[in-house]
Amino acid sequence: MERLNHKALRLGVPLSVHLDVTYRCNERCEHCYLEHDDLGEMTAPEIRSLLGQLEQSGVFFLTISGGEPLVRRDCFEILEFARSLGFNVKLKTNAILIKEQEARKLRSLGIEQVQISVYSDRSEVHDAITKVPGSLLRTVAAIRFLRGQGLKVVVANVLMKSNFQDSTGVRALAAELGAQFTLDPTITPMLDGGRSPLRFRIAAKEVKSIFRDPNLVGDVEAFCAPPPPVDDEMQEGFPCSAGHTACYISPYGDVYPCVQFPLPCGSVRKETFLNIWRNSSQLREVRSIRGKDLPTCSSCAHLGTCTRCPGLAFMEGNMRGPSSADCEKSFLRTGIFTAGMLARGANSHSVDAHSLVQIEGSQPQAIVAV
Amino acid sequence: MNEKYIARSQKVAWRLLDGEMIVMSAFNSTLFNLNTVATRIWQAADGHTPLSKIVRGLICEEFDVDPEVAYRDAEVFVNELASHGILTLSEQPVPSSGDKPWA
Repeated sequence: MERLNHKALRLGVPLSVHLDVTYRCNERCEHCYLEHDDLGEMTAPEIRSLLGQLEQSGVFFLTISGGEPLVRRDCFEILEFARSLGFNVKLKTNAILIKEQEARKLRSLGIEQVQISVYSDRSEVHDAITKVPGSLLRTVAAIRFLRGQGLKVVVANVLMKSNFQDSTGVRALAAELGAQFTLDPTITPMLDGGRSPLRFRIAAKEVKSIFRDPNLVGDVEAFCAPPPPVDDEMQEGFPCSAGHTACYISPYGDVYPCVQFPLPCGSVRKETFLNIWRNSSQLREVRSIRGKDLPTCSSCAHLGTCTRCPGLAFMEGNMRGPSSADCEKSFLRTGIFTAGMLARGANSHSVDAHSLVQIEGSQPQAIVAV
Repeated sequence: MNEKYIARSQKVAWRLLDGEMIVMSAFNSTLFNLNTVATRIWQAADGHTPLSKIVRGLICEEFDVDPEVAYRDAEVFVNELASHGILTLSEQPVPSSGDKPWA
């Protein structure tokens, strides 16, 4: 896989695309970062045209998500068309619309993976988050249908204040269902920058306990070790695949570097995807940034190990700036202040627990328990 | 010698990247990087062209290799991919999706 990523990077190929086919949803999760109104989502012909362009551009990994993608009546047609073009398709869903027939169809299409959010093994907790009575029972039933068809299912357990205590139960449930399990304490601001979901984030002491749980991070001593000295390779490195080999496309055809990086780069309703990918000034700018170009982070001891998310930094006002969430993660992990924290005048008594955030997907090895 | 017919599995993902085919199984997420010759065999695996014809008509002509050596190598290759469920191997022509994974 590493070789493939290097090759895609060298060739300038968008290897992975996350496509939300709708923002509509049949759940109303309290922490969701989306507005669910349909403001003119792409039609099936538009999506077919887009998928053809993505295929021609070399996209291999395609994540179909939403909103809840299956609320689109044509979702299976979209999936079928995507598979006919050879994409490796991952479906992210709450699964409450999946019964045996749908599971069989997904199997026949060769969907590689279905990722499903489960917030708790207790209905009263899960359903209170989704605001849909009976949703846990339906989701679990769907997982059984999918597993019965031999499909790979990943249970994604997003951690918040209200369900933090239930991760062990969800992990046991996933094991009983034969599903993989991922733990994700990532709660992001609204795509429009609204910060209301952030009140659900777990507190610093809980993040710290995650970082010291060998079941979640493996070798705790290694995981929490001080960062190695910064070298030239780190200074020349770039933060993540966003805009380099991956991007995000909204239901309205707008292209962004990542689902967590709301910098509009162009619309496939106005120009071709490949033209946007190759020529968008915004994507070029994202691609141009190296560690040495970050005014604060380039002098940070954590430069080589920090999971600095440029999207979160962008939402804080500067894609070249620190992401305070990642600064605080680095601090909680190692006990060593970051350059960003020092620049803000932080000290050991002023770390704001409520601004502590995320442990996002860029640390999958560390926080994923299978 | 019995003829062998090869067909691409419906349960795989594929993409041609810089002349080399990437194939991933949906069963176990195994990723295969096919070299140039293997890519041509994969592309020709339509379920009704015998492997011998693929080797003789495509591989030997395009890559200037000895037919016997090429056929032996091709057999090893298709057997391995068949063992991973990437190709279907049969002594009779098999139905194919008709798709063109090299497009």
